[in-house]
Amino acid sequence: MFRAIKYSLSLVAALTANVSFGAWDDLNMSPGATQLSQEIFGLHMTVFYVCLAIGIAVLLAMAFILFKYRKKEGVKPADFDDSTALELTWTILFALILIVLAVPATSVMIKAYDDQEGDINILITGHQWKWQYEYIEDEVGFFSNLSTSLDKRNNLAPKDENYLLEVDEPLVIPTNTRVRFLITANDVIHSWWVPDFAIKQDAIPGFVNTGWTYVNEPGVFRGQCTELCGQYHGYMPIVVKAVSPQEYSTFIKDKKEAKIQQALLTEKLWSTSELMEIGEAIYQKNCVACHQVGGRGIPPVFPSLVGSEIVMRNKARHIEILMEGVQGAAMASYAEQLSEVEIAAVITYTRQAWGNAETGDGKIVIPKEILDYKTNKL
Amino acid sequence: MSAVIDSHHDDHHHGPAKGFSRWLYTTNHKDIGSMYLWFSLVMLFIGGAMAMVIRAELFEPGSQIVSPEFYNQMVTNHGLIMVFGVIMPAFVGFANWMIPMQIGAPDMALPRLNNLSFWILPVAFGILLSTFFMEGGAPNFGWTFYAPLSTEYAPPTVTFFIFSVHIMGASSIMGSINIITTILNMRAPGMTLMKMPLFVWSWFITAYLLIAVMPVLAGAVTMMLMDIHAGTSFFKAGGGGDPVLFQHIFWFFGHPEVYIMILPAFGIVSHIIETFSRKPIFGYSSMVYAIASIALLSFVVWAHHMFTVGMPIAGELFFMYSTMLIAIPTGVKVFNWLSTMFKGSLTFETPMLFAIAFVALFTIGGLSGIMLAIAPADFQYHDTYFVVAHFHYVLVPGALFSLLAAAYYWIPKWTGKMYDETLGKVHFWMSFISVNLTFFPMHFVGLAGMPRRIPDYAMQFADWNMMVSVGAFLFGISQLLFLFIVLKCIYNGKEATTEVWEGAKDRGFEWTVDSPAPYHTFSSPPSMESLKSSS
Repeated sequence: MFRAIKYSLSLVAALTANVSFGAWDDLNMSPGATQLSQEIFGLHMTVFYVCLAIGIAVLLAMAFILFKYRKKEGVKPADFDDSTALELTWTILFALILIVLAVPATSVMIKAYDDQEGDINILITGHQWKWQYEYIEDEVGFFSNLSTSLDKRNNLAPKDENYLLEVDEPLVIPTNTRVRFLITANDVIHSWWVPDFAIKQDAIPGFVNTGWTYVNEPGVFRGQCTELCGQYHGYMPIVVKAVSPQEYSTFIKDKKEAKIQQALLTEKLWSTSELMEIGEAIYQKNCVACHQVGGRGIPPVFPSLVGSEIVMRNKARHIEILMEGVQGAAMASYAEQLSEVEIAAVITYTRQAWGNAETGDGKIVIPKEILDYKTNKL
Repeated sequence: MSAVIDSHHDDHHHGPAKGFSRWLYTTNHKDIGSMYLWFSLVMLFIGGAMAMVIRAELFEPGSQIVSPEFYNQMVTNHGLIMVFGVIMPAFVGFANWMIPMQIGAPDMALPRLNNLSFWILPVAFGILLSTFFMEGGAPNFGWTFYAPLSTEYAPPTVTFFIFSVHIMGASSIMGSINIITTILNMRAPGMTLMKMPLFVWSWFITAYLLIAVMPVLAGAVTMMLMDIHAGTSFFKAGGGGDPVLFQHIFWFFGHPEVYIMILPAFGIVSHIIETFSRKPIFGYSSMVYAIASIALLSFVVWAHHMFTVGMPIAGELFFMYSTMLIAIPTGVKVFNWLSTMFKGSLTFETPMLFAIAFVALFTIGGLSGIMLAIAPADFQYHDTYFVVAHFHYVLVPGALFSLLAAAYYWIPKWTGKMYDETLGKVHFWMSFISVNLTFFPMHFVGLAGMPRRIPDYAMQFADWNMMVSVGAFLFGISQLLFLFIVLKCIYNGKEATTEVWEGAKDRGFEWTVDSPAPYHTFSSPPSMESLKSSS
């Protein structure tokens, strides 16, 4: 049987000879970049070799029996049907093998479940279909979206090495620091997985799960969401960039400055065309997944924005939807993901585009109005 | 009634009615068994077609033939149909046909209930499939339908899905009550529990599992229904509910459900290996105890599907150890099958080939199961293609191969005709090669980091995925050959003998009646003495 499997595999490998089957890396788990991931890898290999040995022994015994005891003229089959001693022996043998596996598994498990505070604590929130990272101590944060272009996904442009594994803004963490992740979700269940850290934690609304890592060498580590979370589940990758502590503090400093700059922009006087330009970019990045390129959505789940009463004539409700989301529907609140400028811009864009300005009131929204909404709420 | 000519046997019985009403009103276990089997074959091709769509989409990186949304609908309905529409009804079909004949009973204990439990099934799947034509599309949240994706964020058709699951559950519960009642009350005189054929034993235990967990599934979908339509917050975090509660309830049903799909296979394979080894089954009582302990353990392992939800470490360790324990009774079964063949006189007709492949490939699926049981390692395996490889190894070359083996094994008894042995062997080898081609490389892409349920993937997974797709298409075509073999057997097969397989007469009551089995069998109970090797 086993030979047949191997032959069939190598046969197809030969048939597709022009495809290069990669090295061991493409067949096995990666040992990863942290001590924990290497221990889990070691555990995996131990269990794998034990299982492989059992599998080969069983299949070889089977092959031997199938060959040796095939029906022959004049040979009568035996008629024994029991042997308590034999059955007891192999039952005990199985139990011993399992104990041998359980011991290292338990010790690795205890190491993985170390939930002390980190030197740095990062809150990770899963959204349909992007990740939000917030540095709790430094009070800065951002969203991380897939950056692979639609053209590549639709086979209109060549795909490259990091196809579907690249984001507009990676999570940055320092090396040689204990980093603790607090993982939750805003809508449905997601799961944050970075194989090289051996962290896979479900991001569940209403729960905060934890994971931690300690990376020694700088590097870029890629992972994906691993819990079905809706139609773009396959399109919310994770990229973590580990940098030296010096580089990390520069990164945090820049983030803090950008936050102040953003607040100043809210006060600026904006023209409709400036808002339209920003709004269109925001729409392409955040809204097309559901409301589609032409704004017509996929009713009834994702409503059309073209000719919608709210978009054409009800500015107050329009702002409210963007800020609060819609209960019981896929529409999430964007109050935290987007800046005041961005929210004002995308509202303006949808009220102007696709002929909405001609049929509706065509009112624009300026960033100040969004700020006022936030202030009134407080 | 003189038109019915069945002179040499039981002439006081009438034959079946004519036309469609025969099937609609029938209370005959053989008719109902056949309907179950045809139904599951039809569903196999529907669920299989969905698998083909999935594999076509995954043939190469990039968007191929369907949208991500439709892809999710395919993944969801492929799973639901294969689990609830193919494997389960097919085993019930075999139970209907074979349990009364194996225990020497004239029919099932509750024949009208039997009719009802079959006929509500097409209704349930009609409802489920009709959602494809509704606004919002079919269910798209995976066959495990985790809340809140299946509640707050589900398409409006989720209500139809809930109704459909309720009907499937009712059908299973009624079928199980019938099977237990039949087994407990209608055995031939002298057939004590520990003399029952193993297929009967495996179904006896499976039926109890079904009765225990189907109401739990019904509870889960009812809570979903309330969350969606009645404003409750069982699973809604925003209302004080608990999304993880859903997973606990689902897998408390789901893990026994997994064994519901494999225990009857153990029974079937035991019979086939015994017959074609021409030697009694090795360790009959340990086989029974193994099935019983697997069934009991299945109630205390559910959270091994949830190692990454953030359980306390005590929970992780408990579920890791309890899951590892299952390897013991499962290993006992594999070794007993090998010992049955040891010093036997083996021949390799198609049922035997499928049964041998079952043992070999189920072992591979079992071993990857041990790997998955190791909780810290499962952090890396969970929700990747490694899991997909594992459960397809136990469900396709496991459960499905046992069903194909059983069909080849018993079809001569049902139809009175032999199937074409050469074509049967061709079917076996095509299935065997393509099934490994399909599911073996999934281990590799899973370990290398490919998550499950994604419509597109990174470049490093491309080569293996193409191979998997080629294997899947071949496997799909191979099953069309099976349909052809069945039809050829019915319309154009050679006459089968009463015994069908050499020496089978001593191994079970079903081989003592004519081929094809008369419409009514065992109006008076057979005697246990007529079976030489009754264990």
